Amino acid sequence: MIEGLQRLGRATLFWFNRLGRATLFLLRLLGALAALGKRPGLIVKQLYSVGVLSLPIIAMSGLFVGMVLGLQGYANLVDFGATSSLGTVVALSLVRELGPVLAALLYAARAGSALTAEIGLMKVTEQLAAMQMMAVDPFARVFAPRFVAGVIAMPLLAGIFTAIGILGGYFVAVQQLGVDSGAFWSQMQAAVRLVDDVVNGVVVKSAVFGWVANWIAVFEGYDAIPTSEGISLATTRTVVNTALVVLALDFVLTAIFFGA
Amino acid sequence: MSATAPAVPNGPPDTYPLVTVRGLTFHRGDRVIFQNVDLDIRRGGITAIMGPSGAGKTTLLRLIGGQLRPEAGRIEVDGACVHELGRRELYQLRKRMSMLFQSGALFTDLSVFDNVAFPLREHTRLPENLIRTLVLMKLEAVGLRGARDLMPSELSGGMARRAALARAIALDPMMILYDEPFSGQDPITMGVLIKLIRTLNDALGLTSVIVSHDVKETASIADYIYLISDGLVVDHGAPDALERSSSAWVEQFLHALPDGPMSFHYPALPYAQDLSLE
Repeated sequence: MIEGLQRLGRATLFWFNRLGRATLFLLRLLGALAALGKRPGLIVKQLYSVGVLSLPIIAMSGLFVGMVLGLQGYANLVDFGATSSLGTVVALSLVRELGPVLAALLYAARAGSALTAEIGLMKVTEQLAAMQMMAVDPFARVFAPRFVAGVIAMPLLAGIFTAIGILGGYFVAVQQLGVDSGAFWSQMQAAVRLVDDVVNGVVVKSAVFGWVANWIAVFEGYDAIPTSEGISLATTRTVVNTALVVLALDFVLTAIFFGA
Repeated sequence: MSATAPAVPNGPPDTYPLVTVRGLTFHRGDRVIFQNVDLDIRRGGITAIMGPSGAGKTTLLRLIGGQLRPEAGRIEVDGACVHELGRRELYQLRKRMSMLFQSGALFTDLSVFDNVAFPLREHTRLPENLIRTLVLMKLEAVGLRGARDLMPSELSGGMARRAALARAIALDPMMILYDEPFSGQDPITMGVLIKLIRTLNDALGLTSVIVSHDVKETASIADYIYLISDGLVVDHGAPDALERSSSAWVEQFLHALPDGPMSFHYPALPYAQDLSLE
């Protein structure tokens, strides 16, 4: 019993300690953002790594998720003769929830883990220490450009995921299952609101998820124990922690934006 | 056994030691790394810090470079107390010193050329054609002008260290800290590195600090040697003087003798007791 409590106490202290360090890290990261104004090229290079190179998995996943939504929606709506609402079902599901959430989870798996591994390896191979000894701040040169690029890329990727998902749903519903094309698009246009659904859903949610996912990814790399096992653990923690935090935050944001 | 550093000379400032360490104390957990250590690094010379693995040689370089803070004592580089400097002042000081890491620590996403150009691009506003000239000069000095377009993954260990050395001298620093520059190198590469360190030190008027446990190679170019072990400076002096030292520890270390004050065995229970024979 006492031993269990001790373990719980140790684990709690460990997590609070990490949260404190992660917060200090974020504050230093934000302090380094000003220097980035003079070096936009650093952000552009990272936008390619975390954004452009994530496009294939985002596009493919969006397409399949949209196609599945089309199939499942049709199978349920056809019993009620409501297949004309399929466009609304597909679009609202993607815009409000699946687009930002799945894009964030895929981002964590593809780009977040890569960011953690890259920074962790820079630590292991003393590249970060070398940079510091050359009087170059790794926060300004390494961490901040990656963080900012990720925060910019996330809403764009979520938007692309959502748009391709809707096209996937259209392909299955209209091209394969014979739903009327006009009904598919017009119902969608009538039901989906720009600010309430698109801005709150895709833009705000994915911006929040992007902030959190990149904070976790960059911090885990920076905080990794400089061994191969340490990097492996850090990479795993990036994916797991991002997934849990994104899902929890999604509930909170959904309650705020779409709750009764 | 302990020894104190030579007294700071009363002469013109350029004869003062570049680095003075006084009363340095540093622990890692319960383990004592340094206990009240004094030492001086003389300007313009090559000073070697030698000692067995785990003696804290690399830690000493990190303390001098301001990457670690001492628990007690004072470390001054060119008159500035390193651990009392703010980040901005520390970075200003670091622009005048370089460190050659054991691994080379080249940036793996940059070519050899861009690695050497990195500090120039970060800290100067020189036009690109002038940077190119400077980089080629540095690479020529280490014999890698022809390898400028290679990536770090395409270099051998010795080439990587030479490229890192070219990067280290890019800003013409006053001091270079070398962390185990010879470890894991074949004899030819080792000879090249020894010659390079000595030549660059003399030609560029540098002050060099070499941390190493490669006794013969380091002693061949060092002007002064500190031997550290168990948190203390065991002895110090010119290589010839240390050769004549009467200390059993120095004798064992410099001549790589298996028997001596340094025990082969890590502290443990009696062997028979560990095997449950008594």
